[in-house]
Amino acid sequence: MTLSWLTRIKKNYNQINSMKSTLFKWVMILTILPVSLMLYALKPGSEVVPDTDNGGLKLPAGFGALKVAETGARARHLVVTPQGDIYVKLAKPNKEGKGILVLHEAPNGKAELKSGFGTYGGTEVYLKNGYLYASSNTEVFRYKVNDKNEVINPDQPEKIITGLKAGRQHETKSFALDNDGNIYVNIGAWFNSCQEKDRGLHSPGIAGCPILDSMGGVWQFKTDKLNQTYGDGVRYATGLRNMVGMDWNQQNNQLFVMQHGRDNLNSSWPELYTTKQSAELPAECMYALKKGDNAGWPYMYYDQIQHKKILAPEYGGDGKKEADAKFLDPAVAYPGHMAPNGLLFYTGNQFPAKYKNGAFIAFHGSWNRAPEPQAGYFVVFQPFKNGKPDGAWEVFADGFSGSPEKTAAGRADHRPCGLAQGADGSLYVTDDSKGTIYRIIYLKK
Amino acid sequence: MAKYLLTLLFAFSCFQLMAQVKNRAKSKAKPVAGLAVSMANGKAIYINHCLTCHQADGGGVPNMNPPLIKTSYVTGDHTQLIKVVLNGFSENIDIDGESYSNVMPAHDFLKDREIADVLTYVRKSFGNKGGAITAAQVKAVRAKNIKKAAIKNI
Ligand code: HEC
Repeated sequence: MTLSWLTRIKKNYNQINSMKSTLFKWVMILTILPVSLMLYALKPGSEVVPDTDNGGLKLPAGFGALKVAETGARARHLVVTPQGDIYVKLAKPNKEGKGILVLHEAPNGKAELKSGFGTYGGTEVYLKNGYLYASSNTEVFRYKVNDKNEVINPDQPEKIITGLKAGRQHETKSFALDNDGNIYVNIGAWFNSCQEKDRGLHSPGIAGCPILDSMGGVWQFKTDKLNQTYGDGVRYATGLRNMVGMDWNQQNNQLFVMQHGRDNLNSSWPELYTTKQSAELPAECMYALKKGDNAGWPYMYYDQIQHKKILAPEYGGDGKKEADAKFLDPAVAYPGHMAPNGLLFYTGNQFPAKYKNGAFIAFHGSWNRAPEPQAGYFVVFQPFKNGKPDGAWEVFADGFSGSPEKTAAGRADHRPCGLAQGADGSLYVTDDSKGTIYRIIYLKK
Repeated sequence: MAKYLLTLLFAFSCFQLMAQVKNRAKSKAKPVAGLAVSMANGKAIYINHCLTCHQADGGGVPNMNPPLIKTSYVTGDHTQLIKVVLNGFSENIDIDGESYSNVMPAHDFLKDREIADVLTYVRKSFGNKGGAITAAQVKAVRAKNIKKAAIKNI
């Protein structure tokens, strides 16, 4: 109101001036950007630099690692897009109420938080055929992405699966997708071994373990149908206690899962198992699944020392009696309680040839080996040939815990959980304890 | 080799722990012989029935089994604490701001004396400085205890 003509004109003039300077800035940026990108492209090799201490990791010769980001949240599984965005699924929404974080990588490999969405906690996130899929502990959602793999409507996902059962334990819904429009969802059993009193002393197994009708297996649904629930899906495989790491093997077109084996052999059955046996047994099993398979939980477990399927003590076993031969044999049996939380078939070209089409497994680390030393907290490589495990597994990345003493005590600084492959063939690992995101690269060419 | 070293290391730390407990037991033997016996028995019960979940250092397992270090349950009212052991525990409530997904089974098969001893051990170990629990207290709580139908897994 009090503005005189003169000041008004001056203001307009200033505005025009500042507009001009922004325009100038943009012209500059737009010319400098392609030039610098061209220079980058001309530079030999990658400009991603490993941390001087490789992020604290111990790796095979020729490999390096960096800490991509510190999310400070319980980072479970992740996806990395060719455009350098990283989607991280959190076990619980963070302080801002976001359950999925979006980070963006700078050319040096370090990433900054870009945004967040999804109001639910959970474990799984997966990118395929123009959709980002993510799960809560009872539902699976999908989000359409644009040609830069950015979620278009972060607040309006399509709910494709709903009403899945979730207990206090084994509640997370990991999943994997095949190439024919199907999604395979883990529905973990809310028991240790289907006992009348869960984890109780001498508590027998419930006859027929009725919960297997709706949990303790893998259910198959369609990726593009809305609001599917039990009636719309197929119980694809049963007798599986709980899986967190799952992946689709592209070589033989088959679902592979990592089962979390049962606990408490000694504390429930002290007369049958010593604390040492209870620490080693049962095996953490990798299974190659076909429709209709039954892996035998809770009636049996796999003993990797006797190389036998053993009848569970809750169902009349004594540590020696063998289980019904009809149950599925594991593809590979790993030492007990190490908690395999991530499974990834490596299809990249960055790593040496022996890694191609093999499996990386993130072992979250044990707790049920006490009073024996705890184990795990590392990423393992399992060689494969033509879609089948071939040869002995080896520890690929170690040192997440901070020290051998911290591993033995189960007091790890970082706990590996999720795995992802970058477009350039880098291997990414999440830590759901402190929320560190690691990237492992091969340096020798 | 690494495994061997680890086992050695672990054995050594166990030995140290045992020695410490022994020393403590010795130093307190004269004035409170009863307490020393309770602590020794309580430790044995802890190893057999609690350590698998709550761990040797009482620190628990993140997100799974709660710690027994200065929690409101361990330091608080003895009736509530005794009930946790008698009935087991699987409530969808936070324990001092954190939630834990595992299920604690009932330990009502332990005798009054055994529950008193293990809770005395817990309340005086892992940095806790609580008072002892007596068999009489356990007996009284057990008499009035209404058993829950079943553990909740949901
Ligand atoms: C199978 C694993 C398991 C065993 C064995 C076990 N607990 Fe627990 N305990 C738990 C879990 C899990 C909770 C928390 C449950 C919840 O949050 O609802 C808990 C809770 C507690 C609590 C209350 C919360 C706290 O942290 O202060 C106390 C006290 C306790 N346990 C003591 C014991 C004692 C003493 C024993 C041995 C007699 C024992 N527990 C055996 C798993 C176990």
